[in-house]
Amino acid sequence: MNSQTRLVEVRTKILKQNDVLARELRERFRQDGVTVVSLVSSPGAGKTALLEDLLLRLRENYRVAALVGDLATDNDARRLARAEVPTKQITTGTVCHLEADMVADALQGWNTDELDFLFIENVGNLVCPATWDLGEALRLVLFSVTEGEDKPLKYPTIFNTADVAVITKMDLAAAVEFDAAQAKRSLQSVRPGIESFDVSAKTGEGMAELLERLQRLRGLGVAGNQQRTK
Amino acid sequence: MHELSIALNILDIAAEEAERRNIDCVEAVHIKLGPLSGIVKSALLSAFDLAREHSALPAARLVVEDVPIVIYCEHCQAEQPVESIQELVCPVCRTPSNHVVAGREMEITALEVTALEITDPDIKA
Repeated sequence: MNSQTRLVEVRTKILKQNDVLARELRERFRQDGVTVVSLVSSPGAGKTALLEDLLLRLRENYRVAALVGDLATDNDARRLARAEVPTKQITTGTVCHLEADMVADALQGWNTDELDFLFIENVGNLVCPATWDLGEALRLVLFSVTEGEDKPLKYPTIFNTADVAVITKMDLAAAVEFDAAQAKRSLQSVRPGIESFDVSAKTGEGMAELLERLQRLRGLGVAGNQQRTK
Repeated sequence: MHELSIALNILDIAAEEAERRNIDCVEAVHIKLGPLSGIVKSALLSAFDLAREHSALPAARLVVEDVPIVIYCEHCQAEQPVESIQELVCPVCRTPSNHVVAGREMEITALEVTALEITDPDIKA
């Protein structure tokens, strides 16, 4: 900078608009008494399969619904609709992640005060979704046994922003010689203290424990990751 | 490629802040970026070059200040810089900590302007 230039102090968050909207959504969800859980993972880690199973189990005792983000197609929403709960597809076009305004738009016409749980399945992507707060109370990050134990080390930011980790496709663990201890070391390294669950939506392994964790969230009210709440 | 939408956000906010202060000569936008923001600096710089062409600030450069990750270590009862984003542990006692004090930053800190007819009280040399 030469002598003819000056610095004018600004101090504004780059995602100010998203953060403000996410805060409003979080407050609305709190007032409506709906527990909002988002799911992030790479494409193919099993978000939709896990969600389908969770919806089927939860709908026995709770009013549940889901929003699903994808670049194109409504295949996932149609899959989830088999659980016979309200679902809506958010087609993002070329956008690689969901943002708070897309969630707000998708919820237009929905009475969220008539729900107990709302799930938001983000676009399959372990990079971009990390940056956008959606107003969720809990962010689940999934990775499957076929992806390798070092996945958290390769994508530290998204694992760090998550509240709970879910290791999926445990029914394939032996076949791919999955090293669970090493996977957990990777997780704890990038996100110290994170809880994790080993599940298989196919066999039902670990699903009861995960379900119990989500139910506990309702008992505790809607807290959420303070670090994500700007 | 979410850096393009971040670049557009930066340009929008910078243009708005400049207009509010009657500045019409923004030479650069200064930002702080933490490793845990999820934004890749090199990708953001390229995206910014593309985005500014059709923005209100076509001549503005982007100046990025990298912020290190700092955690609060319960054991040392002190803030400590982290050596790797892949391992959030205290460099002194090796205690893990997810109490991130710095490293998530993603904010505009200043506008660099040509100092002609500016009378804004926020200006510092």
